[in-house]
Amino acid sequence: MTVLPEYPQARGCPFQPASGYADYAPVSKVRLYNGREVWAVTGHAEARQVLLDPVTYSSDRVHPHYPALAPRFESARKVRNFIGMDPPEHTVQRRMLLSSFTVKKTNALRPRIQALVDGLIDEIEAKGPVADLVPDFALPVPSIVICELLGVPYADHAFFEHQSRRVVTGSTTLEESADAFAQLKGYLDELIQRKQREPGDGLLDTLIAEQVETGGLTRAELVDIALLLLVAGHETTASAIALGVVTLLEHPDQLTALRSDARLLPTAVEELLRYMAIADGIARFATADADLAGHRVRAGDGIVVVIATANRDGEAFPSPAAFAVDRGARHHVSFGHGVHQCIGQNLARAEMEIALGTLFRRLPGLRLARDLADLPIKEAGGVQGVWELPVTW
Amino acid sequence: MRISADQGRCLGAGQCVLSAPDRFDQSELGLVEVLDPEVPEGDEQRFRDILDLCPSQALSLEA
Repeated sequence: MTVLPEYPQARGCPFQPASGYADYAPVSKVRLYNGREVWAVTGHAEARQVLLDPVTYSSDRVHPHYPALAPRFESARKVRNFIGMDPPEHTVQRRMLLSSFTVKKTNALRPRIQALVDGLIDEIEAKGPVADLVPDFALPVPSIVICELLGVPYADHAFFEHQSRRVVTGSTTLEESADAFAQLKGYLDELIQRKQREPGDGLLDTLIAEQVETGGLTRAELVDIALLLLVAGHETTASAIALGVVTLLEHPDQLTALRSDARLLPTAVEELLRYMAIADGIARFATADADLAGHRVRAGDGIVVVIATANRDGEAFPSPAAFAVDRGARHHVSFGHGVHQCIGQNLARAEMEIALGTLFRRLPGLRLARDLADLPIKEAGGVQGVWELPVTW
Repeated sequence: MRISADQGRCLGAGQCVLSAPDRFDQSELGLVEVLDPEVPEGDEQRFRDILDLCPSQALSLEA
């Protein structure tokens, strides 16, 4: 009997997919941490096929067939929000949030994000080199932005950042993730009760007024939605900003091209999104027998869509291994695809553009203060990136 | 050709607005609005590519 390759696998370089994934293309069987065999979908067209068909490929994470890609996904089954639901249930919740995440609304936040980024760089300059850009820059930018958007007090950031980190880290155990989810739920439940007594002006306050008070959502449902928005709203973007700095510094010709033409910033961010694939993989399960790249998928089979390799599919992206800030391709699947495509994607784009553009403009001599090979890489099975980013300038 | 949008399918990712802000907008509810549906001759492929980015497949081209 042949032993199946494992999913997930650790990255050797923080911005490159795990080398083992290259052998899976475009669809093949892999083995998860708990021994379960699932289909790894690594081709771009096949990834889109799965993600565009929520009827055949379910996101219902309460369902026992939904595969846990790491132990923390077992704990996540107890958190019920639209990311882990199928239409029509999913659609009802997602639509409650759409008006807060339009391109217009997120663009209106840009002056505030710019002021925030400038303030953080002032502090970094005042302190002088060496700075660790993870706690000093990459994390506070999205953390403060999502706090202000939701109406969560940033004063509590040490608590929720720590608990969020336990929720999104690949190596987190079942017990740790269950505890982290419980603590975040407890915190948000208390916050929402307080807001019911003393309303503020964040998105959570709007949802209390428009949904909880009218019976559209229970308080427990709002707690689970708030948990998703708070965690996803800062951990992923923080990783993307820090790893974006690394990726640009490690491609000096591309950084020079970007510096010589600031208009390239949006396409550079899009290329970073494609290239880095902060979210390594997305889980689904088949609700019916289906054909996938010539393989017979059976009802109940688990699926992992491997974003990191779908984004490097040569059929979809010419010279896929090249990092090119002027590529101008937006059909990567870093935000997913289909009905679950990231609701905060335009906020993430704005934060990345402003954070990276301003950092390299204001600190033109920016460079790593430690070799790339010595940067601690985030564990397989979680949000990808680096734990520390010491830089000088 | 004309662009047709199905607000019933739209889930507010905003890909269309990013691609062609002169053609698409989002309503107060965050749902797609087509500002100008006419696709000039010769521009069909560009719009097919834009429509293909829509994650909820809410946009189509009609003769």
